[in-house]
Amino acid sequence: MKPAQDAIGAYPDFAYPEHWTRRSLLDLENLSAEEINTILDVAASLKRATDGCRTKLSLLSECTVANLFFENSTRTRTSFSLAARRLGAGTIEFSAAGSSLSKGESFIDTAKTIEAMNVDAIIVRHSTPGTPHLLDQELQCAVINAGDGPHEHPTQGLLDILTIREHRGDIAGLTVALVGDIAHSRTARSNIWGLLKLGAHVIVCGPSTLVSRRWEELGVEVVYRLDDILDRCDVLNLLRIQFERQATRPFPSVHEYALLYAMNRERMRRAKDDILIMAPGPINRGVEITPEVADGAHSVILEQVTNGLAVRMAVLRLLCHAQRDQRKEHQ
Amino acid sequence: MNRFVVRGGRVIDPAQAEDRITNLLIENGRVAGWDADANAAKVVVEAAGKIVAPGFVDTNVQLREPGEEGDETIETGCRAAVAGGYASIACLPNTDPPVDTPAGVQFIQQRAARADLCNVFVLACVSKDRQGEQLAEMGALVEAGAVGFTDAASPICNSELLRRALQYALMFDKPILNRPEAVELSQGGVMHEGLTSLILGLAGMPADAEDVMTGRDLRLAEATGGRMHLLSLSSAVSVDSVRRAKKRGVRVTAEVHPHHFALTDESLRSFNANFKVNPPLRSPEHLAACIEGLQDGAIDVISSGHAPRAAEKKALEIDRAPFGAVGLETTLGVVATYLIHTGSLDWPAALEKMTINPAHVLGLDRGHLRVGAAADFVIIDPQARWKVKAEAFCSKSANSPFLGMELQGRVEKTFVGGVLKFDLKCNRATAGGN
Repeated sequence: MKPAQDAIGAYPDFAYPEHWTRRSLLDLENLSAEEINTILDVAASLKRATDGCRTKLSLLSECTVANLFFENSTRTRTSFSLAARRLGAGTIEFSAAGSSLSKGESFIDTAKTIEAMNVDAIIVRHSTPGTPHLLDQELQCAVINAGDGPHEHPTQGLLDILTIREHRGDIAGLTVALVGDIAHSRTARSNIWGLLKLGAHVIVCGPSTLVSRRWEELGVEVVYRLDDILDRCDVLNLLRIQFERQATRPFPSVHEYALLYAMNRERMRRAKDDILIMAPGPINRGVEITPEVADGAHSVILEQVTNGLAVRMAVLRLLCHAQRDQRKEHQ
Repeated sequence: MNRFVVRGGRVIDPAQAEDRITNLLIENGRVAGWDADANAAKVVVEAAGKIVAPGFVDTNVQLREPGEEGDETIETGCRAAVAGGYASIACLPNTDPPVDTPAGVQFIQQRAARADLCNVFVLACVSKDRQGEQLAEMGALVEAGAVGFTDAASPICNSELLRRALQYALMFDKPILNRPEAVELSQGGVMHEGLTSLILGLAGMPADAEDVMTGRDLRLAEATGGRMHLLSLSSAVSVDSVRRAKKRGVRVTAEVHPHHFALTDESLRSFNANFKVNPPLRSPEHLAACIEGLQDGAIDVISSGHAPRAAEKKALEIDRAPFGAVGLETTLGVVATYLIHTGSLDWPAALEKMTINPAHVLGLDRGHLRVGAAADFVIIDPQARWKVKAEAFCSKSANSPFLGMELQGRVEKTFVGGVLKFDLKCNRATAGGN
């Protein structure tokens, strides 16, 4: 069922994977391993076809995608816009500030208004979990979750996994630790689902107030001390502490957090020789990661950014195409 | 129709431990006799194959008027009540302004009298303006007709205030109704804290928030000897705390709502705000504990917890949407479907918790069919299957977590004071009767 990779590499306007039927990308929890691999394969071939996400294709020149961001974002938003434009799609930018939302319009009405301008996909970010899911029920166009509160951030999970795959090949059997504020992290949730489905051993590690024991019920290992797992991790994904989502501070001080969890030169010495250091960004240098590690030989943080383009191109390609197909059937 | 026979129904009156097929004679708005001759009156209400029970009594209804008439009015709330089989409802004082003066009590009484559908009893504020600081004028409120005191959706956080309220209300033999919630443990929460909230990334409301306050409320009830009614219980530990307190002789009663024994926190996977209630829908072990509490008597009352919210308010993002679910029109159906047809409770035991027990909590001579009692009764089709539809609600709001579900067991007719106030055949509440 894999799309023929060689053929795709040779022909930028490659065949569309027949088995892709989803109209929207809302989360990774409900994707199959096969669907995840399809997205990653398409992302890899698009990356190759665009010379590492540098050049443009005209796969979506008939499409328009809208960025509908109810929560601030610079990187994800830019990445989606650029991915759309690299495939030739038109883009609309919409931010909550200065919009009709401040006049009391509901998020559903706002999204319907944008859809009525005949867009093919709406990329939505919101501080509330489930908002993209609710929009998906109300809209006909593709809905792409670009982060819904602490719930999921599927393209972030996919780009993290694509980065690991580029370095290690198969995901199955790898030990991947997500370190930090698991409770408030959509990146963590999307990584957990994606990695579990592809057969990785997943560890969540952080202060006990931010890492629930109940993750074990999903087959995830729960560890509170980073030093206990350093020597057996293939990948460390260092998550930012999300101070803005915490009602009361779940640990005594940033200083203490850095003492227990910061990835620094000393901890690197005790890690595996080929460990991959990842961070979804924005990174807080000196908190979860020290500069020499962030900029060191094991760090793939900037590759993640590039792969973000590849994954978002793939998702737009798959969903806009499925969306056009379904619309044709309706007519 | 001031003299008629209700013929051939299975008459269940938990207050008298009666459950048999018989004819009831109704005269001048009162129960005139049991085992009447089928031809004792010219007018006959046929009830063969149906259950005849006392009109339901609800301890926990929000009518929203004054202040939030977009959600519900006293009239639409009363229509919903009789459509659900309720002859008597007690309304919470969390209106705007709150019911903390005799004039506020009288306003509701007058509006309810004008609606002329069911009996409306007023629960007044424990504290002035529901601020949880100073006692409201409880004596004056009792004289105006208040049947109990509660700060409704605002739990009484201040332990000293609750202690004084329990002591002071003893003078009038009125209950204090409190929804136990330690708000600092649940603030910002949207749903039950558990595996589902962890997966969905929605802020959790731990059962501990309820349990901590249940413990405090029980202790203060025990210490003062006051009458305490715990509103809206949902957690296993709280149910057990009540059970043990009752064994010690504490004067406490407690209630649960239908959604807390019928639905779990898994419902929130839809991100639909109709499932956002406080206390939240909990995990299966809590549901089982609520049902066990109903079976062994730890829980006395099934109340609707009717909390109407206009559609546009519930259509917001789930963390911005208000808590609450309508319940008056679905309670009987949910009780029948999830407790009776499943074998957890039989009809007399379930009806006891919707009639005589809530009447006792509120100190009302209602909820029974003794000879001489007001002829408040319902006719129930225990087998009727029906689908819950938004457009069919008599309530002004349709924020039901049971929308789209099929229930088995339905109220067909509701009589209040011997007058037909709801008839399913007309599919609407009928003021004035026929």
